[in-house]
Amino acid sequence: MTRTGLLRAAAFLAVGIAFPFVFSPAWLVNIGVLTLMYAALATSWNLFSGYTGYITLGQVAFFGLGAYTLAITFEHYGIGSGYNPFYVLPLVGAGVAFASMPVAWIALRTRAMTFAIVTLTLLFIVQQLAFNLHSVTHGSSGLMLPTPTTFGVSTYDDPFYFAMLGILCIALLLCWGVLRSKLGLMLLAVREDEEKARGLGIRVTGAKLIAWWLHVFVTAMVGAVWAYYLTFIYPESSVDPLVMIGAVLMTFLGGRGTLWGPVIGAVVLVPAQQYMLLHLGGSQLYLVGYSAVFVVVLLLLPRGILPSLRDGVTRTRERRRTRLEAAAS
Amino acid sequence: MTTLLEVDGLTKRFGGVTAVNTCSFAVPEGSITALVGPNGSGKTTAFNLITGYARADEGVVRFAGETVRRPDPVRLSRSGLTRTFQQARIFADLTLVENMVAALQQPWRTAFSTAVRGHERARALELLEEFGLARLATERAGNLSYGQKKLLEFAAVLMGDPRLVLLDEPTAGVNPVLVEQIEERIRELNARGLTFLVVEHNMNLVMRLCDPVIVLAQGTKLAEGHPDEVRNDSRVLDAYLGG
Repeated sequence: MTRTGLLRAAAFLAVGIAFPFVFSPAWLVNIGVLTLMYAALATSWNLFSGYTGYITLGQVAFFGLGAYTLAITFEHYGIGSGYNPFYVLPLVGAGVAFASMPVAWIALRTRAMTFAIVTLTLLFIVQQLAFNLHSVTHGSSGLMLPTPTTFGVSTYDDPFYFAMLGILCIALLLCWGVLRSKLGLMLLAVREDEEKARGLGIRVTGAKLIAWWLHVFVTAMVGAVWAYYLTFIYPESSVDPLVMIGAVLMTFLGGRGTLWGPVIGAVVLVPAQQYMLLHLGGSQLYLVGYSAVFVVVLLLLPRGILPSLRDGVTRTRERRRTRLEAAAS
Repeated sequence: MTTLLEVDGLTKRFGGVTAVNTCSFAVPEGSITALVGPNGSGKTTAFNLITGYARADEGVVRFAGETVRRPDPVRLSRSGLTRTFQQARIFADLTLVENMVAALQQPWRTAFSTAVRGHERARALELLEEFGLARLATERAGNLSYGQKKLLEFAAVLMGDPRLVLLDEPTAGVNPVLVEQIEERIRELNARGLTFLVVEHNMNLVMRLCDPVIVLAQGTKLAEGHPDEVRNDSRVLDAYLGG
């Protein structure tokens, strides 16, 4: 990792850890939890779609599966409340990720728009399953999880906040690790020209499946924490297309294929969304405000915040260099 | 001379058009074999069938003595049969070195190791040097000129240590100096034992570089032999050189 990269990571971690102590009111920590949740979702979406170029619109299906897996496990096996559910998160993530592999293998035989539509149908299939597998999911009545009693009233949100922060860190580490590895090179080759990559002997299907597994692994863990946080889930809320759209838009807003872009997108949008929901929620006008944020950013920074800023910095440097060279001659 | 690649009765139809029609030919090991023919004679389709980019309706391809049962570009490339494309195809957003290293055929156990390791960079730079691209090694490949992209594509396929390279019009759209450079590279690599199958429209180049020359017309083999024999074959003159 470069020095700047290390500094950036340290600053992010410091701010992330300090936030609930500095801004302790529960409603602020709640916004923090949601921001981190979307940041982790957007980062893991980026890990697959940003690096491979395969746009998945079905990520939230695995968010829902993670949520239901934890809720059902609670109900039938009674893993207890308190911190225990956090310890099983990697198992939930890995379980859902492995279960998704056959579907991924089939879906990844399609490309571009077809792949986007195929994955979008996954979202609705999982939602329908949640509605109809009544004996397991309780259908539209939803599933209730035990409310943790050991977290304390004033600091109730903190464990969830740190769980989301932990998952986001895992997602960022995975992205960083993948980008600097041979797997990353393979994925970027797929994004650039998959047919050519195959001709060079790059095992494109395997590379895509690994990236898929990793993104589902993170997504399902986020869904599980979210379910525990809310203590009540039902099909529409746990497999919500709006969550999917949110995560994708945040990635585009921040900068697709970049490490920090999705996090920046989430940090800009989620608080804005929550603020407007608070002030304009009654009239539904918040949706207008929410879309206005997009319009402004897309008009001013069409490639996403991070790439546009980088372009700006490079342009300024080039201009300065040209001026200096002109002055010297 | 042993046969490295053998194509036997290959046929490919696209609707009512038979692009390749019971085509049979062989590429001797250590040769620079040319595959020529007028536009639409099925050269590129034959390339696509041999390298697994398209499935043949009939016929068999044998590579290094083994029948290719389920042609797949990844598997074929890893067994030593690789190709370049008519329009240079490179990974535009990656640097030249990354383009080269991506073409190294890695085992899965290295998937999580550093993208470009020291010895891989050294190997990439060595090859880039041979192709006159070393000074651009850290440049984004998308910034190269068309001719340079052709060179990069050629250099990259060599990273996998192939036995047979199929070059699809390696000098199309390339300036005369680069044509010479490409010709020189092919000769050198061939002298080191690499076999080539070349589709090319530059007949002067074909005649001085390749032996044997295979002529396709309407998807089937019309003639085959030493450049001089082919040049004087009346059927070829009728079909291709226009008399």
